[in-house]
Amino acid sequence: MSAIGQYVLNGLMQGTIYGLVAMGFTIFFGVMNVIKFSHGDVMTFGAFGALVAATAAAAAGLPTSVQILAAVSTAVGLAALLGAGISRLLILPLRSAPPLNLLLMTMMVGTVIREAIRLFFPNGTNSQRFPALLPPGGATVGGVFVRYDGLILIVAGLLLIALVHHIINRTRFGLAMRAVAEDQETARTMGVNFFRVVPLTFALGSATAGFAGVISGLYYSEINYGMGLLIAVIGFSAAIVGGLGNLWGAILGGYLFAGLQTAVVAALPAFSEYKNVVAFVAVIALITWRPTGLLAERASERV
Amino acid sequence: MLMRHRSTQDEVPRDALPMAAGVRARRTSDFAVFAAVVAACAGAVAFLVHAEDQRLVLSTLVACGIAWFAAARFRVIAAVERGAAGHPWPTRLVLVVACLGILVVLREDNFGLLMLATVLIYATVCLGLTIQLGYAGLSNFCAAAFLGCGGYTAAALGQAEGIAIPDLAGILLGGAVAVAIGSLLVLPLLRTRGHYAALTTLAFGVMFNVFLDANEMLGGPQGLKLAPITLFGWDFSNDLSLFGMTFSFYANYVLLCLALTAAALALVGLLDRSWIGIRLDAVRLDEVAAQVFGLRIARWKILAFTLGNVLAGMAGAIYAKMTGFIAPNNFTLGDSLMMVSIVILGGIGNRWGVLPAALIVVLLPEKLQFIQEYRLLLFAVLVILVLVLSPSGLLPRRTRTLVAGRQA
Repeated sequence: MSAIGQYVLNGLMQGTIYGLVAMGFTIFFGVMNVIKFSHGDVMTFGAFGALVAATAAAAAGLPTSVQILAAVSTAVGLAALLGAGISRLLILPLRSAPPLNLLLMTMMVGTVIREAIRLFFPNGTNSQRFPALLPPGGATVGGVFVRYDGLILIVAGLLLIALVHHIINRTRFGLAMRAVAEDQETARTMGVNFFRVVPLTFALGSATAGFAGVISGLYYSEINYGMGLLIAVIGFSAAIVGGLGNLWGAILGGYLFAGLQTAVVAALPAFSEYKNVVAFVAVIALITWRPTGLLAERASERV
Repeated sequence: MLMRHRSTQDEVPRDALPMAAGVRARRTSDFAVFAAVVAACAGAVAFLVHAEDQRLVLSTLVACGIAWFAAARFRVIAAVERGAAGHPWPTRLVLVVACLGILVVLREDNFGLLMLATVLIYATVCLGLTIQLGYAGLSNFCAAAFLGCGGYTAAALGQAEGIAIPDLAGILLGGAVAVAIGSLLVLPLLRTRGHYAALTTLAFGVMFNVFLDANEMLGGPQGLKLAPITLFGWDFSNDLSLFGMTFSFYANYVLLCLALTAAALALVGLLDRSWIGIRLDAVRLDEVAAQVFGLRIARWKILAFTLGNVLAGMAGAIYAKMTGFIAPNNFTLGDSLMMVSIVILGGIGNRWGVLPAALIVVLLPEKLQFIQEYRLLLFAVLVILVLVLSPSGLLPRRTRTLVAGRQA
């Protein structure tokens, strides 16, 4: 029982991270019809920013709560800036290029970020220890050991998902964003400032990725320059499985992917190295079954 | 529907199209331009591969870049294309002579020959990608995985005791295994489109790598060792002696790779000129319209995917045999991206663009030692610049004209 509970908690943690990243993919696709593959590396960038901020705050002798605040705000801010910059400088000018070119371009932007971290961060080739800022220990609830930090992070992640949902559906900016997603030209003729809304959208999506980076660092107490690549592929898979452009689909996809990984580890411990193989096979099978995702928007072919 | 064709004259019987003397003279001069450009390129390649001095390499590269811009500006490239199209057989002869010339100049340069063979391996895979991406419009972000299928097939055959399979059969088997493993992806690829299809191949590429890393039978992260090729009784680890000259044993591999690349170029060219190429273009440009005109989308997509994978698998088997060692690290997502970059850099759908692009992408990091550490960074920046500044690549594909006698 306790073992199963442990697996469930781990899966939820992973799923929250994947869901937050997948949410970015789906937002970008919904608004601009692009896949921004550098998304995972934007997350890494945020996590490294958080590491620097937390270390600096600790060196200045500030209390832990301030350290956490510094880490989170730096990660979110840096990721948002980077995401907005990429969209303004590279994605907007190329928006009429073939999708393949854009996909390749964002993959290369990701490579640039990844390599820049590896080369220019002190000792960047090796994994970096992320300071433990959250209260240690945990409590046993019904035979399941619950880590406090894990619980806090899952709740924080869910709160962020709710916040993004609120921004998209309840604010003026969200309305502008949805208008651009629905029909770019009409939105522009109705006075939506396209060149402001798009970078802001990318900032919003990237900010969630930056937060995911902090979560990942705090929970696994380790970050490295290459972690964004696999997360990007997984986040992309999650967004695709859920159905691109659908916020809940992305979150569903994220938890589904984490659930599959955890199920493999729990059911077949000897094959735990193959957990990603199994999960990706499942993803490919799922999109073969539902070629536009589980929660697909209904669309007919325009001829 | 706009389509391209390099030359229309060859389809029409010569005597059916009376040619003015002036046109014929222009064609001959075009061919002379073509031969001169090929000779210059061969010289530059041989020099670049052999040169050691960093400043010399860099200045040659800058000179090549300027020459390229000038050639594009003053329509030399167009003249070269016309010249080559007007004289198909002399063109092939000139290319073969140029390749042999490079080989003779570099005959004792082990590392240079190894690099040349690697360029040719990449070019072959990218020709396969040209069929998939450029003609049929199938996204394939796991070309390195199919290269790996071929490589691991060759390695596994070498490991198997008691079974002696000739290396030629091993290379062909490498292609077959790549097709067999690729066939797992056929159904997902046929059902999905656009980004969904891109993800299928992306996920497969990552999965392939994770699988190799975890699989102890295939050597895990440490990889496998391979013996050199023996073809028709000739051991490829021996130096070649021809016409009183000694060639490094890597020349064997260069010749083999050259044969494979030439075969791939011929195959892609034949496809392009045939009705199959026209159908593939139709499938890429508008699936719905193609379907309306009675084309079976599935058939043409499967054909393109299979042909591309055969080329990748065979190239992979030779590559593994040549380097004598393979590991999962040789077949990562990064390598797949590099191959897609070569195709786009060369000009998507133009088979000749693949060669200079593969040369640049493979050679540049090896020759400029001072960028060794930064090579991935600079490579990524270079690809971004190309995508922003010149999205159609070095040699953009021309529009096909299906009416005889009219040049595009």
